Amino acid sequence: MTNVDVRPLRVLVTKIGLDGHDRGSRIVAAYLRDAGMEVIYTPPWQTISGVVKLATEEDVDIIGVSSLATDHLIVPKMMTALREAGLDHVRVVVGGIVPDEEKGALLAAGVSRIFGPGAARDEIVDFVAALGRQSRSDRIDEFSEVNS
Amino acid sequence: METFHKRLRAGDPKAVARAITVMEAGGSAAANLHRALLPSTGAALTVGFTGPPGAGKSTLIDAFVAELRKSGRTVAVAAVDPSSPLSGGAVLGDRIRMGRHTEDPGVFIRSIASRGHLGGLNESIQPIIDVLDVAGRDVIVIETVGAGQSEVEIVEVADVRVVVNAPGLGDDVQAIKAGILEIASILVVNKADLPLAARTVRQLRSMLALRRENDRNVPVIETVANSAKGVADLLEAVLNLAPRAPWERQARRRARVHRLVAEAAAAQMRRRIMGRSDEAFFVTLARVEAGELSVEAAAHALAAHDQEPAPESSQQTTVSKQNEPVT
Repeated sequence: MTNVDVRPLRVLVTKIGLDGHDRGSRIVAAYLRDAGMEVIYTPPWQTISGVVKLATEEDVDIIGVSSLATDHLIVPKMMTALREAGLDHVRVVVGGIVPDEEKGALLAAGVSRIFGPGAARDEIVDFVAALGRQSRSDRIDEFSEVNS
Repeated sequence: METFHKRLRAGDPKAVARAITVMEAGGSAAANLHRALLPSTGAALTVGFTGPPGAGKSTLIDAFVAELRKSGRTVAVAAVDPSSPLSGGAVLGDRIRMGRHTEDPGVFIRSIASRGHLGGLNESIQPIIDVLDVAGRDVIVIETVGAGQSEVEIVEVADVRVVVNAPGLGDDVQAIKAGILEIASILVVNKADLPLAARTVRQLRSMLALRRENDRNVPVIETVANSAKGVADLLEAVLNLAPRAPWERQARRRARVHRLVAEAAAAQMRRRIMGRSDEAFFVTLARVEAGELSVEAAAHALAAHDQEPAPESSQQTTVSKQNEPVT
């Protein structure tokens, strides 16, 4: 049980929809790796149902969605799909270009934070690490279910 | 607990994923879960894919899994990638090549970081395989990290071992001759549409020709993973080599448990000895430093009796007697 808390955070870094600009997601994947996290990296063009299956199988704590070409508008649908799949503990962050007037809709749908251009490495890494700990603490019950 | 185990045995992906996480974490939760699962293991066929980085292991697995799905079998893939020795982090990208199975419920893919374990796999790979086995997957495919010479652990966990080679590695084929080629149940030359493929096939066949008669019979199969060429042949070869006889499966199972117990014993012993800081123990270390006691003799005494080796002449082991200075 004690090792549970020290195991590396698992983060899915992905892109949904038709936006193929993956430079940003690769850079963030490398940042998180260097911070000791296990990053499951996917190519762009994932579907919502695909992301849900991936997040389930990989048992991730956090999903990072990169969006640079208006595909952020389907993130609320992804949030709904995650909840329907029972993945309520999984936290979601979005990075990329999101117009100010549309940020509210994403945050209201449950996105933890939106990182825009110029976000610093430490800012991203520290936030994701803290978020991962939250996700873990939400699930302590499930782990003890296995253990009992 | 009842419900979790029921869900796991029914193959519920959430329970399977969670169980793998528990196994990866290790400790008492993993030990208890593994004990509960072990009696139900042994139904799945495990197929290991290994080979140098860039040979096309992930792409070939993608095509192999598609072939398995055509035959109606359910599949799990455990793909191991290296952890950073510096940060402990990892970018797990094997499933990038397996995108077409992302939405097929008949294919469960899990990316696994090596977490510092050498040998091409993860320390918990056997319990992880056992989880997937109990979850009812017909075939479990294991992908090692890109392997060179000594990453041969796959031999212990996989029923059938596929070593994937690529043409144009040329002399590298020679270089790995003493390593992973020896553990192959099947040799694959992937990217067989490349010009040097025929030469690589010849090199492998001539290598096999030098072996003892009983070890020569390793199929060499040419594949082009991108277009699925040769993949049906590969599946046929794998199924031919699957251990079917009950005694054969039982023997493999016994060998696995034997190894698991030995590994756990070594790990426990190491933890216990690394954790010691009492006076008597330091005396033993000082004796080793001073050349009064060999490293082997000290280890033998600590491991066999879990106590200090006797101070002077009362050492019973021949090893320690040989190494102790005459007093």
